[in-house]
Amino acid sequence: MKITLKVWRQKNAQDNGRFETYNVADIESDMSFLEMMDVLNQQLIKDKKDPVAFDHDCREGICGMCSMVINGHPHGHVKATTTCQLHMRSFKDGDTIVVEPWRAKAFPVIKDLAVDRSAFDKVIQAGGYISVNTGSAPEANSVPVPQDMAEKAMDAAECIGCGACVAACKNSSAMLFLSAKVSHMALLPQGQPERKKRVISMMKAHDEAGFGSCTNTGACEAYCPKGISITNIARLNREFLSAALSSEQPV
Amino acid sequence: MSSEIATKTYSLSWLGHFFSSSVGRKLIMSLTGLFLCLFLAVHMSGNLQLLKSDGGRAFNEYAYFMTHFAPIKVVSYITYFLILLHAFDGVALALKNRQARPVKYAATPAGSTWASRNMALLGIIIFFFLVVHLKSFWFEYKFGAMPSVTYDGKEFKDLYSIVKEAFSQWWYVLLYLVSLVALAYHLIHGFQSAFQTLGLSHKKYTPIIQAFGWIFSIGVNLGFAIQPLYLFFIQQS
Ligand code: HEM
Repeated sequence: MKITLKVWRQKNAQDNGRFETYNVADIESDMSFLEMMDVLNQQLIKDKKDPVAFDHDCREGICGMCSMVINGHPHGHVKATTTCQLHMRSFKDGDTIVVEPWRAKAFPVIKDLAVDRSAFDKVIQAGGYISVNTGSAPEANSVPVPQDMAEKAMDAAECIGCGACVAACKNSSAMLFLSAKVSHMALLPQGQPERKKRVISMMKAHDEAGFGSCTNTGACEAYCPKGISITNIARLNREFLSAALSSEQPV
Repeated sequence: MSSEIATKTYSLSWLGHFFSSSVGRKLIMSLTGLFLCLFLAVHMSGNLQLLKSDGGRAFNEYAYFMTHFAPIKVVSYITYFLILLHAFDGVALALKNRQARPVKYAATPAGSTWASRNMALLGIIIFFFLVVHLKSFWFEYKFGAMPSVTYDGKEFKDLYSIVKEAFSQWWYVLLYLVSLVALAYHLIHGFQSAFQTLGLSHKKYTPIIQAFGWIFSIGVNLGFAIQPLYLFFIQQS
């Protein structure tokens, strides 16, 4: 396959950035999108040019590192896939593909397609944990968890924190991410002691990081590689409103 | 001795923090939006009296009642206030949300309905319509030189003739129809969105809320649309 790429190039956070056009030949249809980017980078290195910086790690769709907006689709147009699991057979020979970084004030560009997602770490640090000393695994039946709760909590815990929800949202809101993190602990017995404090602190960290608010467009859910549902955002709203209004936790 | 945690109270500043949080601000949008939906339903059904072939008597008596009955007057001032609150907070939120993405995409992600992405634009169209609408009828009724009619020896302001006159102009009818389409789109997204904002998402009730939202949005706007169309086509002929 031959592909024309329009890739966002930006030296560093201060640089204004611009699109560069590259022609890449010798692409196999069973290559992943990232492998195609590797081919481009080999070509650039051969030509003594600066290769395109992009994030990647496991390349198995579970680490949440890859992050590219491909033709206006975070992680590409194929549903419930990460960029590393998107294959070139989903494109046609001769296609022109526009590749951009996640765009959000809270995710400044480090270089080219790599953005700084430490705003997510700040949200997690604000309360996305339970304060217990971990020892050996507890006896399985000592804390009963109903099956449906376990399923819902696991669905929320599938969030890999890639940030596609922020990239997809017209408000650059991280509500889907935040709601997944709040939900998976609010649904389990272990999350109860810090439940109210957690949602209030994490919401504050979310807002302070510069993410927008939620207009309920559903774009985040449509592009989430793990198919996290916006019913989690409704739960987040419920958790936050009741913690802020009916508990004695400071807001 | 009791601990500080047990006895400490908060100054009112927590309310400020709450209402300026992203969910707190959406709570305002959702509650005011739902109140305005209720207002629309009442306003639309009351105005259906324009369709009566009684020379406008029922409508004029209704207009008199709505402007002279004290509890209704209180509710109408609350409504003016809540429309302004909803409009200003909505536009302010939309501007703030734009700032969360300083560099725009070359190819913009979709994955959502057009209406949901353009609530502020739709709202601004509704707002401009409201200005024209209130100037034509509300302002004239309160402060203008109104013609009057007498029913059973009692004098009434003849709002009906003003309305009929306004809707004899095709461009005025067109302005109404365009604004009603904007309002319908605003509500098709807004009605169910308000419940999601309140956290009211439920396997049993959400499908009902969504279906009702559709019927409500289309129904209310059709009800409104009939009135200028009726006066333009039927009454003029
Ligand atoms: C009678 C007229 C109106 C009704 C019934 C109405 C109703 C609603 C409802 C139910 C929502 C959903 C709230 C939520 O998502 O929680 C909404 C959202 C919104 N409204 Fe209105 N609205 C009206 C007029 C206006 C006007 C005049 C403006 C602005 C000039 C406006 C701007 C907005 C905006 C920007 C949102 C989206 C807020 C967000 O989700 O970020 N609306 N409206």
